Amino acid sequence: MMSASLATVSYIGAIILFILSLGGLSNPESSRRGNLYGMIGMAIAVLATVFGPRVTMAGLPWIIGAMLAGGSIGLYAARKVQMTQMPELVALMHSLVGLAAMLVGFANYIDPMAALNLSGAEKAIHEIEVYIGILIGAVTFAGSLIAFAKLSGKIGGKPLLLPGRHFMNLAGLLVVIGFGWQFMHAESVSSGMTALTIMTAIALLFGIHMVMAIGGADMPVVVSMLNSYSGWAAAATGFMLNNDLLIVVGALVGSSGAILSYIMCRAMNRNFISVIAGGFGSGSGKPAKKADGEAAPAGEVLPVSAIETAELLKDAKNVIIVPGYGMAVAQAQHTVNEITKVLREKGVNVRFGIHPVAGRMPGHMNVLLAEARVPYDIVMEMDELNADFPDTDVSIVIGANDIVNPAAQDDPTSPIAGMPVLEVWKAKTSIVMKRSMATGYAGVDNPLFYKENNRMLFGDAKKMLEEVLSALKA
Amino acid sequence: MRIGIPAETRAGEKRVATVPEIVEKLIKLGFNVAVEAGAGEAANFSDEAYRAAGAEIVVGAAKIWAESDIVFKVTVASSAEVEVMREGITLIGFIWPAQNPELMQQLAAKKVTVLAIDCLPRQLSRAQKMDALTSQAGVAGYRAVIEAANVFGRFFNGQITAAGKVPPAKVFIAGAGVAGLAAIGAAAGLGAIVRANDTRAEVADQVKSLGGEFVKVEYEEEGGGGGGYAKVMSEGFLQAQREMYAKQAREVDIIITTALIPGRPAPMLITADMVKSMKPGSVIVDMAGERGGNCELTEAGLVVVKHGVTIVGYTDLNSRLARQSSTLYSTNLFRLIEELCKTRDGMINVNMEDDAIRGLTVIKDGEITWPAPPLKMPAPKPAAVAKPAPAAQGHGGGGKPVSAGKTAAIFAVAAVLFLLIGAYAPAAFLGHFTVFVLACFVGYMVVWNVTPALHTPLMSVTNAISSIIAIGALVQIAPPLKEGLDRPDVWICALAVAGIALTAVNMFGGFAVTRRMLAMFRK
Repeated sequence: MMSASLATVSYIGAIILFILSLGGLSNPESSRRGNLYGMIGMAIAVLATVFGPRVTMAGLPWIIGAMLAGGSIGLYAARKVQMTQMPELVALMHSLVGLAAMLVGFANYIDPMAALNLSGAEKAIHEIEVYIGILIGAVTFAGSLIAFAKLSGKIGGKPLLLPGRHFMNLAGLLVVIGFGWQFMHAESVSSGMTALTIMTAIALLFGIHMVMAIGGADMPVVVSMLNSYSGWAAAATGFMLNNDLLIVVGALVGSSGAILSYIMCRAMNRNFISVIAGGFGSGSGKPAKKADGEAAPAGEVLPVSAIETAELLKDAKNVIIVPGYGMAVAQAQHTVNEITKVLREKGVNVRFGIHPVAGRMPGHMNVLLAEARVPYDIVMEMDELNADFPDTDVSIVIGANDIVNPAAQDDPTSPIAGMPVLEVWKAKTSIVMKRSMATGYAGVDNPLFYKENNRMLFGDAKKMLEEVLSALKA
Repeated sequence: MRIGIPAETRAGEKRVATVPEIVEKLIKLGFNVAVEAGAGEAANFSDEAYRAAGAEIVVGAAKIWAESDIVFKVTVASSAEVEVMREGITLIGFIWPAQNPELMQQLAAKKVTVLAIDCLPRQLSRAQKMDALTSQAGVAGYRAVIEAANVFGRFFNGQITAAGKVPPAKVFIAGAGVAGLAAIGAAAGLGAIVRANDTRAEVADQVKSLGGEFVKVEYEEEGGGGGGYAKVMSEGFLQAQREMYAKQAREVDIIITTALIPGRPAPMLITADMVKSMKPGSVIVDMAGERGGNCELTEAGLVVVKHGVTIVGYTDLNSRLARQSSTLYSTNLFRLIEELCKTRDGMINVNMEDDAIRGLTVIKDGEITWPAPPLKMPAPKPAAVAKPAPAAQGHGGGGKPVSAGKTAAIFAVAAVLFLLIGAYAPAAFLGHFTVFVLACFVGYMVVWNVTPALHTPLMSVTNAISSIIAIGALVQIAPPLKEGLDRPDVWICALAVAGIALTAVNMFGGFAVTRRMLAMFRK
């Protein structure tokens, strides 16, 4: 058995390791060690708690059993998950954190030990902590579950826009505050429990509603926002339990998610509030534009065959590939890598241009390309190679749309005006691989397709790329 | 402003500085255009065509020089032309200031502005559209092949006819600059076997891409002299080069030489002995005739037959394809005018801040500004470009500082919040609160340094570490109990066990999947 001080010191060690773990992610080389730090930190934290003064040996069988059950599920999922499904997995894991925070909150509330020596302001603060902890946990849990369902296609990506939805959210908030008042003045645990349960139900509904109202293209923001929430839930739990380790970790995770949300919003030139308010989704922008009688992009769409594409690539010196969610859907990343290899052997300078919001979560494309063994030093961020397009012979867009839409720069009336985009049209030739002429998630027509130097390669990305590959090898 | 196009005065010059098609475009930019009667005659552009395009036809060059604000020329202006030139005009055309110092003085005395199209900084990719040296050299290279074909007694392409087999002509092209490359393309297009050599090894790919074969000199030296020209080479190299030329001379039917070094006489590549060693009926086209020739036996401007080899020394290859040369040249000048007249209002602005314009301007308002300071070319990119990104995403992210008002508002809100907390919160809470605020800042600093490529692993690892919430469940499962307390053990235990199981999924799954992902990132 450890003393309380020893446990505390262990916690400090764990905190340092967690910070180093996040710091390690600054580049791919140090990131593997960073992850190891995280694991060690977690092991220290758990062991210090289990063998610390606050857990008796009576709990050990339960702990081991629960750990084994949860751990094996987790390891199984981690092994089986496809890289294209990472956003779903991450969303699902957020929901678990949220649920756990809720459960811990309830357990804490019904535990008379927790507030045994508290009175007055301290007791009030403790109750607020419990209340807020459960609130955040419930919103995270419900929101993440919906995000998971949306990402995995179990429910449609379209935003659900109920009439007066902002009013409903506001009313919900007032009710939550009202019950919070009641909860703090509850005579007994059971009367407080009623308020707590109603609040939880409202919070769950709020979480569902919030994510339902957000369109598919905003998913990266939502996923990182929920990431942030799961952190705040942990921090709230830490306050509830007077545990600094939880507070620190929660704050780390919370600010990490908040920064990611900010980066994603900036990459879409939208502010956080408007994303959360929702409604930016399929089809809402386009009809308005058409109704204005504003010129639809003029010009012809010029299709190209896989063999012609291969010819273009063979003759090129500089090629930039811009992948989008479509590549993930078609599972085409391995074929892309094969093509990259063939071209690089021929001395073609192939690079990848990654838009911050390409895919369904931050960094999604990088992970997919890494999985396909594309060397990470040819995978560039948008800002790193956007200026190089004029010197590029061929740019290939695989299943991306809005992130390469020139309207964002040219057309101030476009719903995506001002969003930073990859300037693929400045290459000598751009080739867009697409299944059809449908619009992207923002529902905006893409003038790129009508540009003179643009060619469309219609068909399933994977199938077409395989044809290109075989033509290249021939 | 009024643009004047006088007829070219140099003997044998058939080009004209502007063609009717460009006249229309200049008028659209807001200029008036005056063309001397008969200026385009030799290049097959009639006065009617100019008039139809909107130009005014003026009789007599003197009137053009006296009334125009801008004059377009092809060849270097003669001193007679400078005499009649109105003071303060802008002259655009070939000048060659290094070779024509007296002309420069004369022009400067006239207080004119002179844009020498031959002084264009060719390294600027933006300048390519104005590069008249390139466009004219391309035409000349093509014409050189045509001239060779004209005096060569055989087919260029190999043929199998009923009357027997005809071998293809073998053409050797010395110098793979613009003219050389155009010649390679033209000769290959006619079906000849084309070989080419250049002191700059990097052009080998270009030679191949046009259907030629690159003949290397077996000697190690780098020959790029900047600005798309070659430099003078060492003696050892020249020896090896001579041997290679001698060998080619014995083998090929046609030699086209295009070698020039800026500001120097043309290098001597083909000696009299080499000419002697060539097969009878062979042809040499020496495109450097004007600058002394690449062949020892060249006579500038003439076609001579020496040792049974026809040596073409024409210096007016461009005039021999006057219509094409004029069209390209006038397009170059039009692109230049577009650069000068960004406002499209018929006025030009010689902006000396612009690298391309600065290079072109050899005299500004009577003041000699030639030579222009060397360009600061951006260093070849690779490493340099990868760097700017961190600046944009360093601490604070936006890069742009938030406005003062906004900052003040944020600080005010924070101050009020902190005051409230300080006034009502108990001491124990404040301790935790301190930790919380500091941890937020640590997280902020650390996470901004995460490379965007690793954002997905970042999310999964933060997910894994947020399973630290397990500790909350662990301490509830079986704490050391105080005597006599009524605790709903079963409920708490159940909730805690569920909590531990849930967080364990994250704990193990999160780290495992992060590990799996990170293992994939490799160079």
